[in-house]
Amino acid sequence: MPAKETFYDVMRKHGITRRSFLKFCSLTAAGLGLGPEFAGKLAHALENKPRTPVIWLHGLECTCCSESFIRSGNPLAGDVILSMISLDYSDTLMAAAGHQAEELLEQTIEKYDGEYILACEGNPPLNEDGMYCIQGGKPYVEKLRHMADHCKAIIAWGSCASWGCVQAAKPNPTQATPIHKVILDKPIVKVPGCPPIAEVMTGVITYMVAFDRLPPLDRQGRPKMFYGQRLHDKCYRRPHFDAGQFVEAFDDEGARKGYCLYKVGCKGPTTYNACSTIEWNGGLSWPVKSGHGCLGCAEDNFWDKGSFYSAVTNLKVAGNVEANAEKVGATLATAAAIGVAAHAAGTVISKATGKKSKQAEEVSE
Amino acid sequence: MATTSESAIERKESQGPIYVYEVPVRVWHWVHAIAIVVLCVTGYFIAHPLPSLGGEASDHFVMGTFRLVHFISAMVFAIGLLVRFYWAIVGNEYSRELVVLPVWSGDWWKRVWHEVKFYSFLTRKASKNVGHNPLAQLSLWVINVFLGIFMVCTGFALYSQGTGAGSWADIMFGWVFVIEPSSQAVRMWHYIGMWVWVFFVITHIYVILRLDFASRQNGVSGMIDGYRRFKDDGPMSPQ
Repeated sequence: MPAKETFYDVMRKHGITRRSFLKFCSLTAAGLGLGPEFAGKLAHALENKPRTPVIWLHGLECTCCSESFIRSGNPLAGDVILSMISLDYSDTLMAAAGHQAEELLEQTIEKYDGEYILACEGNPPLNEDGMYCIQGGKPYVEKLRHMADHCKAIIAWGSCASWGCVQAAKPNPTQATPIHKVILDKPIVKVPGCPPIAEVMTGVITYMVAFDRLPPLDRQGRPKMFYGQRLHDKCYRRPHFDAGQFVEAFDDEGARKGYCLYKVGCKGPTTYNACSTIEWNGGLSWPVKSGHGCLGCAEDNFWDKGSFYSAVTNLKVAGNVEANAEKVGATLATAAAIGVAAHAAGTVISKATGKKSKQAEEVSE
Repeated sequence: MATTSESAIERKESQGPIYVYEVPVRVWHWVHAIAIVVLCVTGYFIAHPLPSLGGEASDHFVMGTFRLVHFISAMVFAIGLLVRFYWAIVGNEYSRELVVLPVWSGDWWKRVWHEVKFYSFLTRKASKNVGHNPLAQLSLWVINVFLGIFMVCTGFALYSQGTGAGSWADIMFGWVFVIEPSSQAVRMWHYIGMWVWVFFVITHIYVILRLDFASRQNGVSGMIDGYRRFKDDGPMSPQ
């Protein structure tokens, strides 16, 4: 056996045939939006490069990212990727447990210092010195920092790791904090979504281990190939939006005809994700296709933006008081109208009394 | 700037009409006014679309038209703002009042305070101003410079979501999403900005009409023929 095994070696050991392997390569290359020649390049890379270990940590989260990941629409991709990552460390997927499992982390650091990829599901709570999430007797944030010190790059899985998600919703008592605000010195790929789409996850991780670099990222650190456009831009109901045909209520004629869900709060126009193209569960469906608006789960702060059923969001008015942006604006305009009317009345009175007092002055003189 | 012009005028015996608002300023004002009204109306209907239409999607283009008109007026608004800022450099001294606030001048702040008192009915002494009165200058700066730039930046940032990564709008205004990563929040602030404009338009029209009714100078006609006329020959200072 060579000193460092390749991904291909590992896959063959797990009983994956060469045929399946090549199929996986072409499928993933297509999923990443790469040209046809990249299927061969991907296969070559996985055959010849030493395997990059992936450490999968779990902080404050609900494991929906892992759940999504193992339900990849293409079982082939699922198997291949699982065989790639289950070897190292993933609390939920690995066979080892307890001290044995924690030892694996130290072993990885020793063997692959600065070479492994750290995949973070969930985020660390920082309040009370991180005591709201304890793993192996220590706060999770310490484990995260320790593993991040020796890693090559970080993948922030899901909205928890990318933005904070529901555990970071106001008032955020545990001070749950997204990865990029805790680890400042490592490249981070954000893969938001609650959960992210399985094919997006497998695509990102394959790109990173095969090509040994980060996928092209947008300003907010998300892979451009999956988060380059809004759901709205690729939504099959978009023509109804442009025409002005909307669902007004979930039981109306428009809902039956599959009109645009914008008026019942669809956040597609402000959400970057691949749902409207890749869809979910192997292309079975996605929220809008099933007749419900997008919640915007891949966006920062989506949990604190008011009703999921309103196109206009809430804003903080004072202290902890929140109001619909609509009401705030209308109140402002009404106040202006009333204020102007009152002021006009004041001006008239002031002018009238002013004249009188002037006349009085003149008379007294 | 303002004080020198005033002392110059106070030296004059008669205060005839003074040419204040040059042609580009007046043209800009009315183009800007129309653009703002169109932007507010179309913007409101983008946030709250009209009742749903029936028939085939290919028969209508209502939302598409609202958005198109909104985008065109936004271009007019943004370019107008740029031209106006340019005119503040090359125009007469009054053209700079909108852009540069003499915040370093204690006298200016005193005059702001006087106007606050005047509009709160705490004093009857009205001042005379060749250009804007200091309080008007302050509020016009907030609306035209601060809110104007804010609406241009947030608006084009939202526009860049449609034109896509790498487009001019994305390159020039995509940084907005670095400051506020949630585009839903950017949308909301842009929408709140619209309501501030509604607030401004109501008060602005009122205050200008009031100038004609209860002050020592003209109001509406200034933005039509460009001249400032005074109703008395007394000093500029409040009396």
